[in-house]
Amino acid sequence: MEAFGRKRIITLIALLALVGALSFCSASFGTYAAVRAPEVLQVLAARIGLGGGNLEATVQTTVMDLRLPRVALAILAGAALAMAGAALQGLFRNPLADPALIGVSSGASLGAVFMIVLGGGALGGVVQALGAFALPVAAMAGAMLVTFLIYRLSKVEGRTHIALMLLTGLALNALAGAGIGTMISRSSDDQLRTWTYWSLGSLGKADWRQIGVAALFIIPCLIALPWFARSLNALLLGEAEAHHLGVPIQHVKRWVILLSAAMVGAAVAACGTIGFVGLVAPHLVRLVCGPDHRLLLPASALLGSSLLLAADLAARNGGMGVDELPIGVVTALVGAPVFLALLLRARRKGEF
Amino acid sequence: MLAAHDIHFFRGHRKILEAVSGELRPGRVTALAGPNGAGKSTLLKLFSGELTPESGRVEINGKILANWSGREIAQRRAVLPQESHLAFAFPVREVVMMGRFPHLQGSETTRDGEICAAALAKVEGSHLAGRLYPTLSSGEKQRVQLARVLAQIWEPPAAGARYLLLDEPTSSLDLAHQHDALRAAQEWAHAGAVVLTVLHDLNLAMAYADDVWVLENGRLAAAGAIQEVLTGPLIERVFNVSVELLPRPGETRPAILTRRRLKPE
Repeated sequence: MEAFGRKRIITLIALLALVGALSFCSASFGTYAAVRAPEVLQVLAARIGLGGGNLEATVQTTVMDLRLPRVALAILAGAALAMAGAALQGLFRNPLADPALIGVSSGASLGAVFMIVLGGGALGGVVQALGAFALPVAAMAGAMLVTFLIYRLSKVEGRTHIALMLLTGLALNALAGAGIGTMISRSSDDQLRTWTYWSLGSLGKADWRQIGVAALFIIPCLIALPWFARSLNALLLGEAEAHHLGVPIQHVKRWVILLSAAMVGAAVAACGTIGFVGLVAPHLVRLVCGPDHRLLLPASALLGSSLLLAADLAARNGGMGVDELPIGVVTALVGAPVFLALLLRARRKGEF
Repeated sequence: MLAAHDIHFFRGHRKILEAVSGELRPGRVTALAGPNGAGKSTLLKLFSGELTPESGRVEINGKILANWSGREIAQRRAVLPQESHLAFAFPVREVVMMGRFPHLQGSETTRDGEICAAALAKVEGSHLAGRLYPTLSSGEKQRVQLARVLAQIWEPPAAGARYLLLDEPTSSLDLAHQHDALRAAQEWAHAGAVVLTVLHDLNLAMAYADDVWVLENGRLAAAGAIQEVLTGPLIERVFNVSVELLPRPGETRPAILTRRRLKPE
């Protein structure tokens, strides 16, 4: 459809511009007030060989090692969580599936915590073999396990039951919590503090190497998932209907779960659990552009990046007498009311 | 041709279908009738490949159903489910376009657009094209789903027949649209398609079907040309109602008048 193609291009370009603008803002504002937009531009110009040789080392470090890693991680994690949310919502045929809400992120956390605490001991061999990949791989395994379980448990006669899905998520969240608690109780004070911060989400802990590892997992998934857009559209009709249309549903389900869980796992491994991005971004895109996955998936990814960039900006510059709020606090402050609004709407429509 | 060879199907230990055999031929509308729980929808699901028989086999064009690739079979066989739950706000035109899924090579062509428009017109739904699916009434939804199914097998494949499987296509429709839906089914049959439709209304079956299969407790109680099969005694025995078949002047097929319920045995 001509009109749809045009709408898709315009929407994606607009969102790309938003990501660009927010990235620049995010790089220009922070606790170190001496580094603002002009300094950022100078550092970037110097990087690509356009003069500006007399920059202070602190300015250089602030931009390259503090601000830009955050920007890169916000873009990656936001895109991963939002696109995974959109894809899982399509798979579950249910707009309330959020990776954090239904326990996928908890599963990832559990996997990650296992690796953090046991990495020096029982799982030492794995860490040695996988190196920097050990954490993301463990997180992905946890995310995949939970996604698979929820998918199997929350379906009644081929349809995902909303209440069943949310309650299954609740139970799996609790189970993962118990597992995490057990691990934490065996950890040192230092590990505990890292964990507390991490459990609320933080973009500040990652260095370029970790971001590189996350990108290695997330970017291929971001490219691959939209390939299933049309199949996901057909799946919204129902599994039987999609089957009758020739959609290879087992294949599609397997890949969507695999790719979504891989993205969430990599994102959680890099920045902890950040909730509601996967719920809010696809919801806003659907409100404006409709539910077609050919637009929904890429647009959600870009909006997810924007939301996380904005949330990080607010977390670092919001004041409240602290240097920095955990980013998960900000996304929950915005996301939880949206989730409540969605629930109320579902209730009004009699979907419970 | 769609053929069933000695199909048996169980759900747990409960027998749903037993020793069902028969052939559906191109060019004819076959009604699938029987009381609630007789196994009609299950048989349709076995024919559509949604379920696999415990024993026996289903063949399409002489090839066992399971051996067809999903896309290949979808290019010639369309299935209308009893009801469809689509909660996401797709415009009606996009829902119909989903029917073209097995034919798409890359993106949609102008031809796909024309087919979808024509399919919508066929169910008197052209004015719904821009509406959002969840805002439709249940009858309108059923018509849009029928349009999607018709768009799926709008053109005959290079070889072999088309297959149209309908599960109670008239259940939510008003009287005029019931006739529209069944006339479309008839049109497909006349163009060489194999058409099987579950119907509860025996008068509609009498008006539009050429053949009928009557299921009773999972067994094929009778099958054949509809006028020969749907006799008073058979209807009374299978459906537990007392009936009168009224010949109609100028028509070859009688009207069926149900009078009262018979006591179950």
